[in-house]
Amino acid sequence: MLEVSNLFVSYGAIAALRGISLRVEKGAIVTLIGGNGAGKTTTLRTVSGLHRPLGGTVRFLGEDITHVPVHKIVARGLGHVPEGRMIFSNLTVDENLAMGAYLLKDKAAIARNRDYVFGIFPRLKERLRQTAGTLSGGEQQMLAIGRALMGDPKFLMLDEPSLGIAPRLISTIFEKIIEINRDRGIAILLVEQNANLALEISSYAYVMETGHVTVEGRSEELRDNPQLKAAYLGG
Amino acid sequence: MTEFLQQLLNGLSLGAIYALIALGYTMVYGVLRFINFAHSDVFMVGAFIGYFAGQRLPHDSVLSGFATLAAAMAGCAVLGILIERVVYRPLRGGPTLNVLITAIGMSLFLEYTGQLVFGATPRPFPSIIPARIISIHGLVISMNQVIVIVVAALLMVALELAVYRTKIGTAMRAVALNPKAAQLVGINIDVVISFTFGLGSALAGAGGVLYALNYPSIDPLMGVVPGLKAFVAAVLGGVGNIPGAALGALILGMTETFIDGSRWSTYKDAIAFAVLIGILLFRPAGLLGRYATEKV
Ligand SMILES: Nc1ncnc2c1ncn2[C@@H]1O[C@H](COP(=O)(O)OP(=O)(O)O)[C@@H](O)[C@H]1O
Ligand SMILES: [Mg+2]
Repeated sequence: MLEVSNLFVSYGAIAALRGISLRVEKGAIVTLIGGNGAGKTTTLRTVSGLHRPLGGTVRFLGEDITHVPVHKIVARGLGHVPEGRMIFSNLTVDENLAMGAYLLKDKAAIARNRDYVFGIFPRLKERLRQTAGTLSGGEQQMLAIGRALMGDPKFLMLDEPSLGIAPRLISTIFEKIIEINRDRGIAILLVEQNANLALEISSYAYVMETGHVTVEGRSEELRDNPQLKAAYLGG
Repeated sequence: MTEFLQQLLNGLSLGAIYALIALGYTMVYGVLRFINFAHSDVFMVGAFIGYFAGQRLPHDSVLSGFATLAAAMAGCAVLGILIERVVYRPLRGGPTLNVLITAIGMSLFLEYTGQLVFGATPRPFPSIIPARIISIHGLVISMNQVIVIVVAALLMVALELAVYRTKIGTAMRAVALNPKAAQLVGINIDVVISFTFGLGSALAGAGGVLYALNYPSIDPLMGVVPGLKAFVAAVLGGVGNIPGAALGALILGMTETFIDGSRWSTYKDAIAFAVLIGILLFRPAGLLGRYATEKV
């Protein structure tokens, strides 16, 4: 599905990624964890084309997309729920979802996707006419995920979906992520600070530190890794 | 009372023309965060396209009037799209100051190319519309004025529908709000930016023809003053805000007309701008503008 090899990215003089490699297999949930500033967001943004790497390659569905424009990468089936949600706050919920299906021509497919989104996030259906900026943090996150699902992605990247959300909603969001993966067979790359949760729902994990992948392995094994426990899993 | 209505009508038609220009400034600012200074010269080109089309069409006919308007709008849309594609796009992603300076250069280029090609002497604009005066209880309404107001109103309704009811219009609002998020849903921002330039320039082209109907003498520098006023109107309404630009333009047109009709007429521009400064002191983001929240 996704194969990232040896990515180097910098912001001016600041090197953010120093040789990142990772893979996501078809149908898998893979997580990328690490502290603030490790380079997780930069990794996702480089995969979706928002940043261009100085070196390295990104392959998606077997093809090199390192230099493909963002909208064309999205057209190939990549969904990206960005950090901070980035919903269109002065558009209505309805318009946000419509924009999510921007590339779809088939009305029936759009209607099916809407039904699917309302099925997993019924709250969005109740708030269709509301301006998106007036939603609560949790609802905005639902909208951001719903918007990405409207485009029929084959692969979905989620950047800290639990950030700034009421604790009781976090477990809901994570259940939905599992559901999306299971029902639609969408492969998922999940970036999280909440390492416990992330390791619980994923099958494979990468741990990043200052632009490097320091540890990687099957999630159930990493849960018992003493080093990680000290650093990210709260002892 | 009659005089008041008369001035109201004059102010409305002047404001309507400012609005047509101001909308282009504000829409481009909305998606690209820069002031397209060449916009006022696209307005001038619109008047010249109208001039040449009007010469070739039968005079005094409503149909030729619309054909002239359509020609100016289409011509200006193409010009606006070309300017963005050829001049501004290569600079995108660089410092805003570079694009601003380039826009000023583009403006001067159009003005002086205009003087080279059309000459600097003002030309009389052909009377494409039947010149009729309607007089009701001393209120003098010229056909031109009615047409200016009606056409401008219709165009603004059309713009409203294009921006708020179509997919590309919604995409334009999405890009204005957050270009990165817009790309992540698959929007090609180049297409949206071209659309924005085309739409804004078409309105300026219409404004050029309507302006020339009311002030039937055109020259390559004719865009400078109305362009400046329209820019001010856009700032007054809250730059980037579409209804704000229309509102700002109406206020400016009215203020200017009413002062012009008073004994302060010599100072009309000074007073109009003082009003502007006054409003901006109390509402720095403009009448309908809000400070955009910082984007990541
Ligand atoms: N827009 C930016 N400009 C400059 N430096 C940035 C920018 N975004 C991120 N960085 C830097 O790049 C590094 C990685 O950041 P980021 O990818 O956001 O990490 P994470 O998502 O893991 O918290 C950090 O050192 C951060 O300060
Ligand atoms: Mg981050």
